[in-house]
Amino acid sequence: MPTFFERRQIVTPGDLLAEGDYIAGENTYKEGNRIYAARIGLVEYEDKKVSVVALRAFYIPRVGDTVIGTVVEVGFSGWTVDINAPYLAMLRASDVLNRPFKPQKNDLTEVLDVGDLVVAKIVSYDRTHNPQLSVDEPGLGKITRGQIVKITPTKIPRVIGKKGSMISMIKQETGCHIILGHNGIILITGKSLEDEELAMMAIHKIEEESHTTGLTDRILQMIKKEKEKRGGS
Amino acid sequence: MSQKPEKLIDKKGLRLDGRKPDELRPIKIEVGVLSNADGSAYIEQGKNKILAAVYGPKELHPKHMALPDRMVLRCRYHMAPFSVQERKSPAPSRREIELSKVIREAIEPAIFVEYYPRTATDVFVEVLQADGSTRCTSITAASLALADAGIPMRDLVVACSAGKVEDTIVLDLMDIEDKVGSADVPVAYMPNLGVITLLQMDGILTPEEFEKAVNLAIDGCKKIYAMQKEALKAKYVSVKEVEE
Repeated sequence: MPTFFERRQIVTPGDLLAEGDYIAGENTYKEGNRIYAARIGLVEYEDKKVSVVALRAFYIPRVGDTVIGTVVEVGFSGWTVDINAPYLAMLRASDVLNRPFKPQKNDLTEVLDVGDLVVAKIVSYDRTHNPQLSVDEPGLGKITRGQIVKITPTKIPRVIGKKGSMISMIKQETGCHIILGHNGIILITGKSLEDEELAMMAIHKIEEESHTTGLTDRILQMIKKEKEKRGGS
Repeated sequence: MSQKPEKLIDKKGLRLDGRKPDELRPIKIEVGVLSNADGSAYIEQGKNKILAAVYGPKELHPKHMALPDRMVLRCRYHMAPFSVQERKSPAPSRREIELSKVIREAIEPAIFVEYYPRTATDVFVEVLQADGSTRCTSITAASLALADAGIPMRDLVVACSAGKVEDTIVLDLMDIEDKVGSADVPVAYMPNLGVITLLQMDGILTPEEFEKAVNLAIDGCKKIYAMQKEALKAKYVSVKEVEE
């Protein structure tokens, strides 16, 4: 049962990754007992599972994901939200208002208008239906202040870090509240603009250097350095 | 320029541009050249200069055209007015519409269209300068642009032509060889899977000659495939260097 690449080696679509008794993981596909790469990325071998960490991908909705989206349309009974995916998401008015509403009486644009940003959770999605959103949890809903950063969706796990080590470090060091949308959009709210800018810098650095090791320590050093610079001036 | 040359192959067996019969034109490929597109690629094959861009997958409009079980792939092959000797009208010609279809059908088998139902992906192929076998060069560039857009694919599609010029089977025809020569066989191929996705023939060949031409084109495809992979990896080469 041979494997044909080293761990973390760069592969392109169609590369034969392994032959024999293996399980096809993310961004790979199986034909007979051979596993091929389906995207450009870095190959990972874990026991029997072969997967590719994609370098280029787009966001595909999954139930339970937290996403940040923009309202693109206000309808009679809800909103249409762009969540940076191939599918537009729906947010129902009855879910947002938490009370029965009458389209004749309530003006939905008073709650959310075109261009507003919302943090929401995906409650349902499958091949035949566009994703449904919900804001039925604390922390979800309309965004009123803060900064938005957009990164490649595949790099969100890197921003979170091992067991959340990276994100909790950034939160602690900058004093900002950070919401990560699984669709690659990040909301940062801090006490001051400087704090927010510092967190944004850190996230951009993670995106650029997502493939390197020991990144958490380097980000920590960078934040401390920046803080000193600012404290001195 | 458009005069017919006396000999397409000289006494030494070399072609007009000094190539051997089984030799490719020099190829230069670059991936990710456009920042507004989701994926893009630029290729120079001899005097051919072709740009490919991919947008999507995205919501399909008008909605009634969406397919419930798979992604719709749309392709537009277009030649710039300045791509040929005589100015070409920028309006899509009959030939361009046909080539759009041919290119789409050559790259579609490589894409997992069933993964993203009700969506559409647009592929734009712009020929900036044409010098024969543009459909092959376009397919090579389009499949790279798709991979660059992060669309899951079974394999990269490579295409190359072979043909018959003065009783010799030659690889990678250029414009004059295509026009004066007696046959042209474009082949698109997925090398890792060994699947042919496009096979056309224009002209007259005996069955033996045809088989020889197809095999020659496949060999050419394999050579281009290596360059294609190299170009795709080159965009992320910094990724690897930092890592090591």
